[in-house]
Amino acid sequence: MNIERVDQIIDKHQGEASSLIQVLLDIQGENRWLPREALERVSEKLKVPVTRIQHIATFYKAFSLVPKGRHEIHICMGTACHVRGAQHVLDKVQDLTGINPGETDLDLKFSLETVNCLGCCALGPVMDINGQIHGKISPAETADALKKYE
Amino acid sequence: MPLIKSPAEFEELKADILLKRDPNKRTITLCSGSACHATGSKLVAASIEEEVQKLGLSDEVEIRKTGCHGFCERGPIIVIQPDEICYLQIKPEDVPEIISETIKGNKVIERLLYTDPATDEEIIHESEIPFYKNQQRLLFGNNIKIDPKSIEDYLALGGYSALVKVLFKMTPEQVLEEIKKSNLRGRGGGGFPAGIKWEGSRNAPDDIKYVIVNADEGDPGAYMDRSLLEGNPHSVLEGLAIGAYTIGSNEGYIYVRQEYPLAVENVGIAIRQAEEYGFLGKNILGSGFDFIVKVHQGAGAFVCGESSALMTALEGRAGEPRPKYIRSNIKGLWEKPTVLNNVETWANVPLIINNGADWFTQYGTEKSKGTKIFSLVGKINNTGLVEVPMGMTLRDIIYKVGGGIPGGKKFKAVQTGGPSGGCLPDNLLDLEVGFDELTQAGSMMGSGGMIVMDEDTCMVDVARYFLDFLTDESCGKCAPCREGVRQMLKILTNITRGKGKEGDIELLAELAEVAQEAALCALGQTAPNPFLSTMQYFKDEYEAHIKEKRCPSLYCKELINYYIDPQKCQACMICLKKCPSDAIIGEKKTIHVIDQDKCTKCDTCFEVCPPRFRAVTKISGQPVPPPIPEEERILAGRSKDK
Repeated sequence: MNIERVDQIIDKHQGEASSLIQVLLDIQGENRWLPREALERVSEKLKVPVTRIQHIATFYKAFSLVPKGRHEIHICMGTACHVRGAQHVLDKVQDLTGINPGETDLDLKFSLETVNCLGCCALGPVMDINGQIHGKISPAETADALKKYE
Repeated sequence: MPLIKSPAEFEELKADILLKRDPNKRTITLCSGSACHATGSKLVAASIEEEVQKLGLSDEVEIRKTGCHGFCERGPIIVIQPDEICYLQIKPEDVPEIISETIKGNKVIERLLYTDPATDEEIIHESEIPFYKNQQRLLFGNNIKIDPKSIEDYLALGGYSALVKVLFKMTPEQVLEEIKKSNLRGRGGGGFPAGIKWEGSRNAPDDIKYVIVNADEGDPGAYMDRSLLEGNPHSVLEGLAIGAYTIGSNEGYIYVRQEYPLAVENVGIAIRQAEEYGFLGKNILGSGFDFIVKVHQGAGAFVCGESSALMTALEGRAGEPRPKYIRSNIKGLWEKPTVLNNVETWANVPLIINNGADWFTQYGTEKSKGTKIFSLVGKINNTGLVEVPMGMTLRDIIYKVGGGIPGGKKFKAVQTGGPSGGCLPDNLLDLEVGFDELTQAGSMMGSGGMIVMDEDTCMVDVARYFLDFLTDESCGKCAPCREGVRQMLKILTNITRGKGKEGDIELLAELAEVAQEAALCALGQTAPNPFLSTMQYFKDEYEAHIKEKRCPSLYCKELINYYIDPQKCQACMICLKKCPSDAIIGEKKTIHVIDQDKCTKCDTCFEVCPPRFRAVTKISGQPVPPPIPEEERILAGRSKDK
């Protein structure tokens, strides 16, 4: 991500130190991860120590300090989905992709995350890939769903 | 957009809006909340717009994309007004027929109607469907009439009248008295009387005060606040402005989860429109009262739903709670008096002002007034968002509104209060829902998540699940939570894996007590609740796991084995082909056998075995029967009598 874009995002929030989280959210949203250079720039412009930024980037789940894959798989592990068998779906997807939640595969194709409630409990268990909801998914159906993504 | 500068202008605008609306005009309302988006409502919307335009009906037919209707199990949902014809589970392919048959032809399409499973009766009108009929939708009912991106829809229903009344006909003290009289208790989980909270801030001597909407709805399985914020954002803004006027605040924040993009979008649009029309900003409607609202997004931390953690996050820091020696309504955001309330609490305020505290208190029980929106999810037929008066029994909510348990399964427990709550068994189904009633039973109201569980749910695993969630979400600041909850998780995980031993329960109880007494915030203090309530009501399951290494619900992987009943197997090959570990031995006409060494217990064979055979079973607490001899596995030669 280029420095001008980082600067634009910081300026949009009027360069206020209390908007730190909002700035990081915007960078994460566009770039899909937080590179070191971007964090150093934010530190410089908002006059906030890098350690504090690191604290925030590691405290909140929305942020990633490593690049994400092209396709982000989110498996809902909310209570309603859990009770409808989400653990089986997760186990299957872990098998198929070879990665655990929080990881990205070596080809940078898939990133896997668990999330706690996407709020569409009527469709549980739910797998979300790139914002596309696959509802009432069974472990057996996950292979076919994943095949559609390059 | 007209900037309204007085109550008179407000009345004029309202009259103007109503004049331009024809109540008899054909309107297609389509639920466009996030849950319906997930079932494809955007495609249905596109199809409707295309078809209406194609047939030249754009002048006669209005299309309104509303917020959540609540009946999420049956989305996408269309209601055609003014006749209130309700069609469920609509696909884009259904749209041409709906337009030609119902809109043009005035005929009802029976296959799209709701059929009552008890009577087989087809129901045309939305409000007559048992799911809706048994609710009391004081707050949520307006969702079906409002396009959240249109302030005029809100104004047409009487929106912002409460704010006008408060600014021009009531003093802050009078508003405070009314809220106190209504006994409105916080809907976010604490159940603290809003009026008392507001009074503390009102009396705090400081020129700068804040009001905050807590829209960080983090309980898994709960999404009521999202649907309220997405579907009727102005009701929350109006309540917030009234609260600000009462305590003397000029600045408000809405802290909303970033996982709710549609809520963030709709509340942003609502704020802009409210500012354009003059309901927010400087000198609101000429009253002399200034009030602005800013939106802040969360970044994925459950603990930020805790009020002091939320305020810390608003200040741009990591959301760690602080001890409450001085409550945040006295020293909160930036050490200023701050009133933080839940979305649903704020949305109740305009209702109370418009209709009076006496009207409000007619609903509910003695100490829990008004209604509550629950997200009724899990093993339930009618999954969705339901609004019922406090005092309705759990049985009525689950069976009358919820339609009971699917698949003919037996009810086992209902979990309320999210990770801070507990599980209540069937002998408590006649409990009347209320703050104190639920707490006394060992659970709590929480934000409104209500997860129904059946005979296949392992209660020990439920306790482990919540502790897993809380260990992950713990901020790490205090030892009783950071270390204690983590150790509770380890012990419970071992129990579910067959490694439980004598003394585990006692140790868990001790750790629970430490967390309850010594944790810094409510996350840690209530973390033991799922364990304590499941121990109270389902002790036999714990004992089976520890002493017999058996999971009565046949769920815990390390304690179960999959076994194909040779009496039922018809050798259809389906499970064999689907097994991802090639663990099933067999052929066509030869009874299948699972190789226990290769089986990873992925549940696939159990899932895919045809229901008419039900040959795949799960065994726990006893050894797997050895495979029958090969000669006996050949189906053709086997006697069909049993």
